[in-house]
Amino acid sequence: MPSPPPANASPPRFAGSGLACRRGDRLVFRDLDFAIETGGALVLTGANGSGKSSLLRVMAGLTPPLLGALAWDGAPLAEDPAPHRARVHFIGHQDALKPVLTAAETLAFWARIRGGSAATVPAALARFHLDELADWPCRFLSAGQRRRLALARLLASPAPLWLLDEPTTGLDEASVADLVAAIAEHRAGGGIVVLATHQPLAIIQPQSLVLTDFAPRRSAA
Amino acid sequence: MSAFLAVVGRDLRLALRQGSDAALVVAFFVLAVTMFPFGVGPEPQLLSRIAAGIVWVTALLAALLSLDRLFQQDYEDGSLEALALTPLPLSALVLAKCLAHWLTTGVPLVVVAPVLAALLHLDAPGYGPLVLAMALGTPSLSLVGAIGAALALGARRAGVLLSLLVLPLYIPVLIFGVAAVDQAVAGFAIRPHLLILTAFLVAALPLAPWAASAALRPALE
Repeated sequence: MPSPPPANASPPRFAGSGLACRRGDRLVFRDLDFAIETGGALVLTGANGSGKSSLLRVMAGLTPPLLGALAWDGAPLAEDPAPHRARVHFIGHQDALKPVLTAAETLAFWARIRGGSAATVPAALARFHLDELADWPCRFLSAGQRRRLALARLLASPAPLWLLDEPTTGLDEASVADLVAAIAEHRAGGGIVVLATHQPLAIIQPQSLVLTDFAPRRSAA
Repeated sequence: MSAFLAVVGRDLRLALRQGSDAALVVAFFVLAVTMFPFGVGPEPQLLSRIAAGIVWVTALLAALLSLDRLFQQDYEDGSLEALALTPLPLSALVLAKCLAHWLTTGVPLVVVAPVLAALLHLDAPGYGPLVLAMALGTPSLSLVGAIGAALALGARRAGVLLSLLVLPLYIPVLIFGVAAVDQAVAGFAIRPHLLILTAFLVAALPLAPWAASAALRPALE
């Protein structure tokens, strides 16, 4: 774990300040700040609908925040969003798999589109114990296997920021352990992980953020 | 560039493995054209007079039929979200998908068109211009269609909305495409019409991906 930065040191790796987000007509959170250092992990918790997914989408740059700003190494993202896309691995609720492509082809595509090569694919598959399914079309995979393949995308091409939305949905215990190990390794290599989860995971020294704390107050207060 | 080619290759592979999509478009084209002799009667003079118009209008409708698969499936299974979070700019992604769409629907339409024109007794000087004009016009159909497909994304009854959005924009291609064939049959120069079709394509190449990517962003929020 990195030691806490001295005062007035370089800005945090990834930070947000004064964030507010609106979905439809509803304000889901406001006045939210976070700061993550290199190698950090931020675990988002909170009731259903408290804005965990919304915050992850804001962090990914998919949803522009209503108020507030994000910064990477102190540089505001709103001014130059393009490099942020190369930095992010976002695994949402959906697995983004094509029924007719095999597991290996799927990963090879995601590696190539991010400027990598298919050479990383066997290792990524093995990491989530999918090597025997490499040549299977995705339509024959079970829900848990599909989830593991989606997570294997994280390893097929490197990106410093992992944004994981309920990554353990449908995973068995062994696969959850694989994921936790992959996260630990990613952090050891200087990566950052932000994940939303309802299930307690064995993540070492996480920062945590309870989204319910940032719910907009009702005007009656 | 390799990311661009990765998207083209993936979409081509998807289209080939789910071969029914491209085959359906061609089958619709053939079937719809063969309806006309039943409707207007089998007189060769009449059919040869309207052959170019029938082939072009039906080709537009066939292309329209295939547009919903441009983004819809990727949108529904979460792939579009993941594709938007790669270093490849969204407009380049749209261009790659248009290229794959043209190769799997536009090219088969160009190949089948002269056969169908023969069925309608098109006069001999019309075939070359028909193929040329369709080869120049069909890429514009894919490009302009992408704007409509992006706008209609996530809407209920997207297919109907798509035709309302896109068909008016197809009119210039239709007018000059038909005119090229008719002028050739009448013995006039076809160059101006082909040049206008080329101009339309040259304008659509940068503008359509830009507009379509702008239309995709709200759908991804």
